[in-house]
Amino acid sequence: MEVPILKQYHYLIATIQAALTDADLLHLRDALVQRVGKFRSRGVIVDVTALDVVDSFASRTLRDIAHMIRLRGAETVIVGIQPEVAFAMVQLGLNLEGVATALDLEEGLAYLDEKTKTMSEGSSGR
Amino acid sequence: MPLTGTIRVPINSDVDIVKARQSGREAAAQAGFSHTDMSLIATAISELARNILRYAKHGEIVIGHDDNSGKQGIVVVARDEGPGIRSIEQALQVGFSTSGGLGLGLPGVRRLTDEFEISSKPGRGTVVTIKKWRA
Repeated sequence: MEVPILKQYHYLIATIQAALTDADLLHLRDALVQRVGKFRSRGVIVDVTALDVVDSFASRTLRDIAHMIRLRGAETVIVGIQPEVAFAMVQLGLNLEGVATALDLEEGLAYLDEKTKTMSEGSSGR
Repeated sequence: MPLTGTIRVPINSDVDIVKARQSGREAAAQAGFSHTDMSLIATAISELARNILRYAKHGEIVIGHDDNSGKQGIVVVARDEGPGIRSIEQALQVGFSTSGGLGLGLPGVRRLTDEFEISSKPGRGTVVTIKKWRA
């Protein structure tokens, strides 16, 4: 199942709509890393609201996505981790360290607006 | 141990990992588990199925109900005939992994469940049995 990636202004929004296989997750990672360059995006939102399980592989892939996107010069925020998913992740010892998260799409957009504003202010000051 | 309505999911590819955890979630829902416990069970199954695929390539996940002792429970058996685990003690230590993964697999699964048993013979395979009781 392919994850649709929506381009909205300077951002890419990937909304996961059903359970993903490992191959689907890797495909999403590669597509986002490609498209952030193609569309010169400044931020990426990965919406995982529909995921009922985030296991070690999914967690590692989400972290990889965020780190790779940062290396490409953009910011990533993971949104919509459900309460029971958060509970299971913590029990399993997965914490998405170094990855920005937000409650939902709205908060994720607010985070990116704030983050990319300071980024452009910082670069214009040089 | 009598298992009623046992579900067997062969594990041969990453698609089967998703199938196994969805079957686990359905079984937990049938047994009246909370949404949180359904997630814990599905996540534990996902990790066990992934271990099978990563280390043994093939195996199976068997999901059943256990209401033997008057309690409602879910039993999951993950079985493979892969290379086995040389040191179970080491494999259960946080941070130990021979595959360059996170090294959280088995200790993490143990934390997600109420009962955890593992037996393994090098060259013969591994069997992991977990149980979760309904709160």
